[in-house]
Amino acid sequence: MATGHFIEGIAGGRLSSEQYADNFSDLHPPLDHHEALVESDRCYFCYDAPCMNACPTSIDIPLFIRQIATGNPLGSAKTIFDQNILGGMCARVCPTETLCEEVCVREVAEGKPVQIGRLQRYATDVAMSEDKQFYKRAEATGKSIAVVGAGPAGLAAAHRLARHGHEVTILEARPKAGGLNEYGIAAYKSVDDFAQAEVDYVTAIGGIDIQNGKALGRDFQLADLMRNYDAVFLGMGLGGVNALRADGEDADGVTNAVEFIAELRQASDLSSLPVGRRVVVIGGGMTAVDAAVQSKLLGAEEVTICYRRGQEHMNASGFEQDLAAANGVTIRHWLQPKRVIAENGKVSGIELEYTALSGDKLAGTGERLTLVADQVFKAIGQSFVPAHLNGSEEAIELEGGRIKVDAEGRTSLAKVWAGGDCIFGGDDLTVSAVAQGRDAAESIHRALTSNGRA
Amino acid sequence: MADIRNNFIGIKSPNPFWLASAPPTDKAYNVERAFKAGWGGVVWKTLGEEGPPVVNVNGPRYGAIWGADRRLLGLNNIELITDRDLQTNLREMKQVKMNWPDRALIASIMVPCVEESWKAILPLVEETGADGIELNFGCPHGMSERGMGSAVGQVPEYIEMVVRWCKQYTRMPVITKLTPNITDIRKPARAAHAGGTDAVSLINTINSITGVDLDSFAPQPTIDGKGSHGGYCGPAVKPIAMNMVAEIARDPETRGLPISGIGGITTWRDAAEFMALGAGNVQVCTAAMTYGFKIVQEMIAGLENWMDEKGHASLSDIIGRATPNVTDWQYLNLNYVAKARIDQDACIKCGRCHIACEDTSHQAITSMVNGARHFEVIEAECVGCNLCVNVCPVEGCITMEPLAAGAMDQRTGKPVSPIYANWTTHPNNPMAKVAAE
Repeated sequence: MATGHFIEGIAGGRLSSEQYADNFSDLHPPLDHHEALVESDRCYFCYDAPCMNACPTSIDIPLFIRQIATGNPLGSAKTIFDQNILGGMCARVCPTETLCEEVCVREVAEGKPVQIGRLQRYATDVAMSEDKQFYKRAEATGKSIAVVGAGPAGLAAAHRLARHGHEVTILEARPKAGGLNEYGIAAYKSVDDFAQAEVDYVTAIGGIDIQNGKALGRDFQLADLMRNYDAVFLGMGLGGVNALRADGEDADGVTNAVEFIAELRQASDLSSLPVGRRVVVIGGGMTAVDAAVQSKLLGAEEVTICYRRGQEHMNASGFEQDLAAANGVTIRHWLQPKRVIAENGKVSGIELEYTALSGDKLAGTGERLTLVADQVFKAIGQSFVPAHLNGSEEAIELEGGRIKVDAEGRTSLAKVWAGGDCIFGGDDLTVSAVAQGRDAAESIHRALTSNGRA
Repeated sequence: MADIRNNFIGIKSPNPFWLASAPPTDKAYNVERAFKAGWGGVVWKTLGEEGPPVVNVNGPRYGAIWGADRRLLGLNNIELITDRDLQTNLREMKQVKMNWPDRALIASIMVPCVEESWKAILPLVEETGADGIELNFGCPHGMSERGMGSAVGQVPEYIEMVVRWCKQYTRMPVITKLTPNITDIRKPARAAHAGGTDAVSLINTINSITGVDLDSFAPQPTIDGKGSHGGYCGPAVKPIAMNMVAEIARDPETRGLPISGIGGITTWRDAAEFMALGAGNVQVCTAAMTYGFKIVQEMIAGLENWMDEKGHASLSDIIGRATPNVTDWQYLNLNYVAKARIDQDACIKCGRCHIACEDTSHQAITSMVNGARHFEVIEAECVGCNLCVNVCPVEGCITMEPLAAGAMDQRTGKPVSPIYANWTTHPNNPMAKVAAE
């Protein structure tokens, strides 16, 4: 009887418990004290540093690295948290290779940037391990603010609002706070239940009440919030998953990649998590890579990412693509799904069509390819579900299918701000969500307190 | 192939790299290892007079400061002269010299400042077959409190007196080791010269405290909560040592007096620089104490390679070549104009040149040009100070380019004069000498 990788169909227990533990250990192990000193020595303390400008939260990177080098990791952590209270998670999940580290002058000079992300993790780990709280709440303002969604945007907004002395209530649909930090993101990027530890660290400032199991449109309406609170911040992310638009996609074994990742993140025993022997992931972004790599790490024998455009169009960074390749995932380009093939209602393969660009337009060439598969993951993007916002007397203005905001995060509704993945114009990064939540909080504070004065 | 054999005051060695009198030369075991590694000579760790040897502290003897990546830049020590019995040292010296006849073996000596003490020890040293003696007038700690070491080296009259005794009581060549813990290095050098020394060696270590323990508020190195100033050496002292070597080399009273250069020499290049300034050979300690004896192989190969590249056949081709170019500030050509130039292909855009110039100098480097991050010298503001060159992390990226005579200096709006003119004749100098009509 076949065992391990070779069990047909979708099955759990493909690996030994040691293999699971090893496969899902920290992708970038933390720098130890010595390594952090050596690495921090490499920073040139640039003027108007490119790394700082590339950071969506504008962390003063040269300063925090210098503080590590001079033996002041707590000061370093404060420099980070001043700009980004979720600096710990961002240190783990930021695609630094396309942000700060891409523009590091060391990258220009020698092709090896200062490892900013790992240094940031070092400093924030020191502060969090000591449970060092840097911020005290300002005198109570008597204002209360509702935050919808306890993801990165909502948490960042809540922390900044609480700091300014406001009372914050976070309404979160899921059983746990953290948003994609808790339910998204590959497991090897956030080990040891870090997302919850960070939620605890952020909310330790006080004045933040998280209510779980409260979904917008189901358990409360936006209009209720507008009536009962002085301001509302919407940070509920994206609720929908884009369809494949391929025949037979309701077959057993066709799964949303985000759900698979969430399930994996919540699994207490990875061996109980079934995965196919031959897995096909449709998509070209971070989620596709996360799902593909984790399938492989769970013991799938063969994992193929199929993306309908070329390598240069993939949203997954070069680092992520390399990570996939290093883990034995095959990435195939210029293929779009046409038909899920099922036997007895279960996926047995997928038929794809080759694509080509004619001018700017992508079109199928007519040539088809069939891949054997017992599991197919959909990772072709998520979408905002505006229906949940219904119920407010006045409709909120959308743009490109998401909430329209101005530079400060103000929506078309007077008391409502928004940030994170649910707004139009973002880049779907954790770090950007943090910046938007933080900035919206400052905007709310200014609006509620006549220019910042209570 | 360049010939790097060294003849220093008649003492021959296969190369100009000696180990200075210090812990690495304290006993036969170390010195044998050094010679095996290729060192041209050693100055044996300083001998004291017969009788119970000195004792050292039993806690830390060394302190240090570090640069990037914990690279040791400066080392300080509070060790004394040899704490081994005189006869043991003499016996080992004799054996080592017999084993290594082609290497230089110098005895460093420090005995009380009385004629009898020197008269007593010199024949004992001579009997070992040592090639010469070095008078330790430099040690700044411990021994100086007992009237020896730098306590002698700081009083030119004492130097002259002791040198005279040594010249009187031994046929061995005498090298007088000078302390840098004085105001004008020329004074002790002149005194040694007057006493008849064959050479001077310098520098010995510099009085220093390397750090303070901020928990115990004790200076480092810390012995049971207290610290004492120690002797500072290593790469950090090299510029100080080179200036002192040059001062002696160009002093009319001591010009031509052989100099053994010491102070932070770590690579062949450091050695070549000392020799160019007038040192006849060099002595090394901290580099060996940091990396081991093997570094001499880099020094030998590097010196040979450079000499071959430049066509220098022997050490006499390089020794003292830079000495005539060391002058007083007042004789520098004020009509010489240089401007910084940034090689845009080499620039990594760290911006350090800009911020150094903007915050602390002459506002002569851009940070933005046409909305793009771009660092470029504004010639009309550049005074040619060289700070940007010094803070740039990329070697060779920023260079100082002299303006040709007749070229317009955009800062002054005047063409560069082809005529050499210095402060002594400058109109702003109230003491200016009017050129003869």
